[in-house]
Amino acid sequence: MATQNTKTLARAMMAPSVLLLLVWMIVPLAMTLWFSFQNYNLLDPTQTGFAGLFNYEFFYTDPAFFQSIWNTLVIVGGVLLITVVGGIAIALLLDQPIFGQGIVRILIISPFFVMPPVAALIWKNMIMHPGYGVLGDINRFFGFEPVDWFARYPLFSIVVIVAWQWLPFATLILLTALQSLDGEQKEAAEMDGANFLNRFIYLVLPHLARAITVVILIQTIFLLGVYAEILVTTNGGPGYASTNLAFLIYRTALLGYDVGGASAGGIIAVVLANIVAFFLMRAVGKNLDR
Amino acid sequence: MGSITLNKVSKVFGEANVIPSIDLEINNGEFVVFVGPSGCGKSTLLRLIAGLEDVSGGQIMIDGKDVTQAAPAARGLAMVFQSYALYPHMSVRKNIAFPLKMAKMDQSAIDKKVEAAAKVLNLTDYLERKPSQLSGGQRQRVAIGRAIVREPSAFLFDEPLSNLDAALRGTMRLEISDLHNQLKTTMIYVTHDQVEAMTMADKIVVLNRGNIEQVGSPLDLYKNPRNLFVAGFIGSPHMNFVDGAYAQSKNAKMAGIRPEHLGLSKDSGLWTGTVKVAEHLGADTFLHLDVDGIGPVTARAGGEFGAHHGDRVYLTPDESKLHRFDDKGLTIRA
Amino acid sequence: MARSVTTKHKVIATIAAWVVALIIFFPILYTIITSLKTEPEAIAGFNLIPSFTLESYITVQTQRDYFTPFMNSVIISVGSTILALIVAIPAAWAMAFSPTKRTKGILMWMLSTKMMPAVAVLVPIYLLFRDFGLLDSRIGLTVMLMLINLPIVVWMLYTYFREIPGEILEAARMDGAGLWQEIVHVLTPMAVPGIASTLLLNIILAWNESFWTIRLSTTNAAPLTAFIASFSSPQGLFWAKLSAASTMAIAPILILGWFSQKQLVRGLTFGAVK
Repeated sequence: MATQNTKTLARAMMAPSVLLLLVWMIVPLAMTLWFSFQNYNLLDPTQTGFAGLFNYEFFYTDPAFFQSIWNTLVIVGGVLLITVVGGIAIALLLDQPIFGQGIVRILIISPFFVMPPVAALIWKNMIMHPGYGVLGDINRFFGFEPVDWFARYPLFSIVVIVAWQWLPFATLILLTALQSLDGEQKEAAEMDGANFLNRFIYLVLPHLARAITVVILIQTIFLLGVYAEILVTTNGGPGYASTNLAFLIYRTALLGYDVGGASAGGIIAVVLANIVAFFLMRAVGKNLDR
Repeated sequence: MGSITLNKVSKVFGEANVIPSIDLEINNGEFVVFVGPSGCGKSTLLRLIAGLEDVSGGQIMIDGKDVTQAAPAARGLAMVFQSYALYPHMSVRKNIAFPLKMAKMDQSAIDKKVEAAAKVLNLTDYLERKPSQLSGGQRQRVAIGRAIVREPSAFLFDEPLSNLDAALRGTMRLEISDLHNQLKTTMIYVTHDQVEAMTMADKIVVLNRGNIEQVGSPLDLYKNPRNLFVAGFIGSPHMNFVDGAYAQSKNAKMAGIRPEHLGLSKDSGLWTGTVKVAEHLGADTFLHLDVDGIGPVTARAGGEFGAHHGDRVYLTPDESKLHRFDDKGLTIRA
Repeated sequence: MARSVTTKHKVIATIAAWVVALIIFFPILYTIITSLKTEPEAIAGFNLIPSFTLESYITVQTQRDYFTPFMNSVIISVGSTILALIVAIPAAWAMAFSPTKRTKGILMWMLSTKMMPAVAVLVPIYLLFRDFGLLDSRIGLTVMLMLINLPIVVWMLYTYFREIPGEILEAARMDGAGLWQEIVHVLTPMAVPGIASTLLLNIILAWNESFWTIRLSTTNAAPLTAFIASFSSPQGLFWAKLSAASTMAIAPILILGWFSQKQLVRGLTFGAVK
C-alpha cells in the first residue's frame, strides 16, 4: 500500500488545506508585525515611516492597556472558575440515574448554541435590566432596590454572561469523561472503604484531570477573545472598566484609526495566546500518541 | 488446487530487514501454521502471500504461476483477519455475499452460496443481523463464511482466534480443523500460540526474527527440534534447560529435558528439589521446583502426585528423551 | 452492579437536576415567552403566561427585514462549511490512511493556526478586505469562516477517518473490490456519519461566529449575528420584538445543536475527550 504512488497522491490531497492555512497564517500575521513598527494612521496619511518601538511604547504607556490586561485575566479566570466548578457539580448530578435525563441534557446544553450577541442581549434586557429585567422584578418583590448591573458591576456582569454560555460546554465534556470512568473502579474503591468524598478526591478527580485540562485550555483560547458580549452590553465602559485586550485593540484600530498602535496590541495578544497554545498543544499532542 | 511456493522472498520496511530471505514449499491441501513470538515476521509473511504488502525481493508462485506482482484479489486467496474486518454497515448476508458481488456473480447464485455457507457455519438465523449484533464467535464465523464462498485456492488466517476467550478458542479450533477436513483446501494459519499450532497443523513453520527456524510436522518438531529456539518454543509447559556440570557430563553445552520426561519420586532419584508451587489438575500434576545445584525446573506427572509447597522430591531425567545442544544452540544428533 | 438504586435517591437527584436545568435554560425560555407577548405586556413585570401573539415576529420581518440576514447566515455558514469540507476531506483522508512521520506535525500546526487571536489580524484583514472590495460581501465572509474553521474540520474528519480500520480496506481488496468499488461500497458508507457530524457542528460554529461577521459586514451581507448586534443601540429597545428577533436567530441552530450534542464533545476537544 505504501508505494511511492500513494505517497505522492497523499501529498497532493493535503496540499490545498496546507497551502490555504499557510497563507492564512503568514500573510496577515506578517502584515500585523510590519504595521506594528510603522507610523500608520488611517486619518492622517502624512504620518508614515518606521516607528521603531513607538507603537509598543504607546500601547504600553496607555493606562487602558494594563486595565485591559487585568480585565482580560478577570474574564478568563472568573469564567473558568464558574464553569469548571459548576461543570463538575452538574456533571456529577447528571451522572446519577434521573428521570428525563435526555431532556435535562438538552436544556443544559442549549446556551452553548446561542450566538454571543443574542446571549448578551437576553441577559442585558431580559434578566439584568434594572427596570424590566427578571432580577429587578425579583428584587422589587422582596422590597429591594433593583441593581443596575452593567453600570455598577460591568465586568462581573460580562463574566456571568460568558460563563452562562460556556457552562454547558464544560458540563458536557466533563460528563462525557465521567461516564467513561470504569464502574468496577468505583466498586473497588467502595470495597476499600472509601466514602463519597474520598472517592471523588482520589478516583473521580484524577480521572477528570485530563478533561478539566482540555476544558480550561480550549475555553481560554476563546475567552481571551471575548468581543461581541462586550460590544453589545457595555461597549467597554463605563470608561475602560469592562474593556479587555481584544476590545481595546478593536477600539484603537477601527474607532481610533491607529493601525500601528492596534497592530502592536495584536502582537501582544498573539504572544499571550501562544503561551496558552503551547500548553494546549502538548495536551492534545499526547492524545495523538495513544 | 492450491500449492504455494516462496522463492527467496524478502521484505524490508525502511531500515528494518523484517524478512531477510525465505524459501518455502506449501503443498495442495496442507494445513500450514506459521508460529513464532510476536515480531517474528509471521504476519508479514502472510500479508506478502496475500499481496497486501509488496515483496522487496524474490518470487511468489501459486499453482506454478508467478503472482509476485498480482493484485490481492487476482491471487485467488481468501483471508480471515484478526479483527475479522467485517463491513459494519452491511448485514451478515451482505458481508458474506460481498466477494461474490465483486466477482459479478448473478443474484440467485449468490443467494444459494450464501445460504449454503450460512448453513455450514450455523449462521442461518443471523443472516439479516449487523456485525455489531453478533458475539465474537459469530463474527469469526461470518469472516470465515466470507472466505468460504469465494472457493479460494487457499485460505489465509491471521491470528483469527486471538480476540476470543479460552473456551471459545477451543471450539473454534475444532471448527476450523473440521472445515479443513471437509474442504480439503490449503490453509495457512498464523498464530503465536504453539498449542494452536500443535493441534491444527499438518506442517508447522517456526519463525524467529524473519527466518525459518524449522519446518516439520507437529510431532517431528516436538521430538526432534533443530535448535534451542524450537525446543523452547514447542511444547507446554516449556522444556527445562540445564547447563553446567550436568550438560558437560553429556558432552553438551546445554541439555534440555521436557517436564513430562522427568521421573518423579518421593524416595530416590538423581536430583533433589523443593516444591515451590504444585498444580493439581487431576489428570496431570505440574510441579514447579527449585532443584539443588540446577535451579528452577518444571516437572509433570501423569495423574495425581501428592506433593505440596515445601516438600522435598526426587527427579530423574529420562536419558533417552534428553536433548543436547552445542555452543551455537544447535541440536547434537546422537 | 446488582444493587438497585433506591427510588428516593432517584427522585431527589431528578428534582435537583431539573431545577438546575431549568435555571440554566430560563433565559432562553423567558425570551421565547416574551416574544409571544405584546410590547406593553413585555415590560409589565414578571409574567410567564404570554397572550400568544405573533405580532412581534411580523413586525421584526416587516420593519427590520429579518429574512435577508437569515438568508445571509444560511448562505455563509453552509457555504463556508461545504467549502471547508471539499478542501479538508482529501487532506484528512490522506493523513488517516497514508500517515507519514510528518502527519502529526502537520496536524498540530493546523491546530495552532486556530490559536491565533482574531483581533491580532483584524487590521490587516480589514485592510485586505477593503482593498479587494470584499467588505460586506457574502463571498468574503464565506471564505473567512471557511479559513477559520478549516483546522477543526480537518481534525474532526481525521479523528473519524482514523477509526475506520485499515483491515477493512484490506479485506475489501482481498474480496476483489477495485478502488472505485472500495469507495462506493465500503468507504463512503463508513465515512458518511463522520462527515455528517462534522458538517453539522461546523454549521453551528459558523452560524454563531460573532467577531468577523460583525466587523466585516454592514448591511448587504450582514448575517444574524450582525443583525442582532444592531439591536443593542437604543432604537432597538422593544422587549417583545427583541425577543422575537432573538428567538428566530437561535431557533434553527438550537435544534441542529440538540442533534449534534454527542459529536460536539469530540469535535471541540479535537478528539481528546470522547
